[in-house]
Amino acid sequence: MKVRLKLFAVARQLAGDDTIELDVPNDATVAVVRQELVRQIPELVPMGDQLRFAVNADYAGNAVAVSAADEIACIPPVSGG
Amino acid sequence: MVDLTDCPIDVTKLLSDVGSTQAGAVVLFLGTTREFTNGRRTTTLDYEAYNDMAERKLAALEQQARARWELVECGIVHRLGTVPLGEPSVAIAVSSAHRATAFEAGRWLIDTLKSEVPIWKREHWADGTSEWVHPT
Repeated sequence: MKVRLKLFAVARQLAGDDTIELDVPNDATVAVVRQELVRQIPELVPMGDQLRFAVNADYAGNAVAVSAADEIACIPPVSGG
Repeated sequence: MVDLTDCPIDVTKLLSDVGSTQAGAVVLFLGTTREFTNGRRTTTLDYEAYNDMAERKLAALEQQARARWELVECGIVHRLGTVPLGEPSVAIAVSSAHRATAFEAGRWLIDTLKSEVPIWKREHWADGTSEWVHPT
C-alpha cells in the first residue's frame, strides 16, 4: 500500500517537499515505514530512534501498525521553546 | 489554556488570564531568542510546528500539570515564524495558592514542552548560514 508521510524541519528540507509517499506492505508497522523512509533519505539514519513518528497526531512506537488512511508524520528531534 | 500564534506573544494578556484572587503566586517563564551560542552569533530563530499535534500536546501538558499540581490557572503560548533577538518564542504562566507549586509546575511544563511538543526551530547565523536544531 502507499502511505503518505508529513515531513517537518530537516526531513522536509532533505526531501524537498512537505510530504513523501512510501510504498510499504499492507501490514506495515511504524518500523517498516521508518526503514523505507531512511532508505529514501539516508541522511536521516544518524538520528536513529530519536527520529520519531506520529500516527494520527500521537507518538507511535515501532510496533504500531499503519494503514493508508492514517495521518503519519515523521517527527525529527523537537526543539520548541 | 494553550495557544499557537504567528503574532508577538501578549505577555500582559497571559498574566491577566492566569491571575486570580485564589492565587498567592504567579510564575512566568519566557523563552527568548538569544544572540550568542558557543561563540556563534544568531540573527533570528524561525519556528514551525506540526500544528494539530502541537496543540494537542500543549493541551495534554496542561492537563498533566493540573493533575500533578494544584494549579489555579495555567497558560502556554508558543509563537511560530520568525522570532527576533530578545523576543519570546514561548511563554508559560502558572498560578497557584503557594509559590512552590507554581515554580515546580512551571519548570516541568517548559522542560516537557521542549522534549515532547512537535515544534522545531531553525537557527539563522550571522555568517548567513542556517540550520534546523535537532538535539540528540
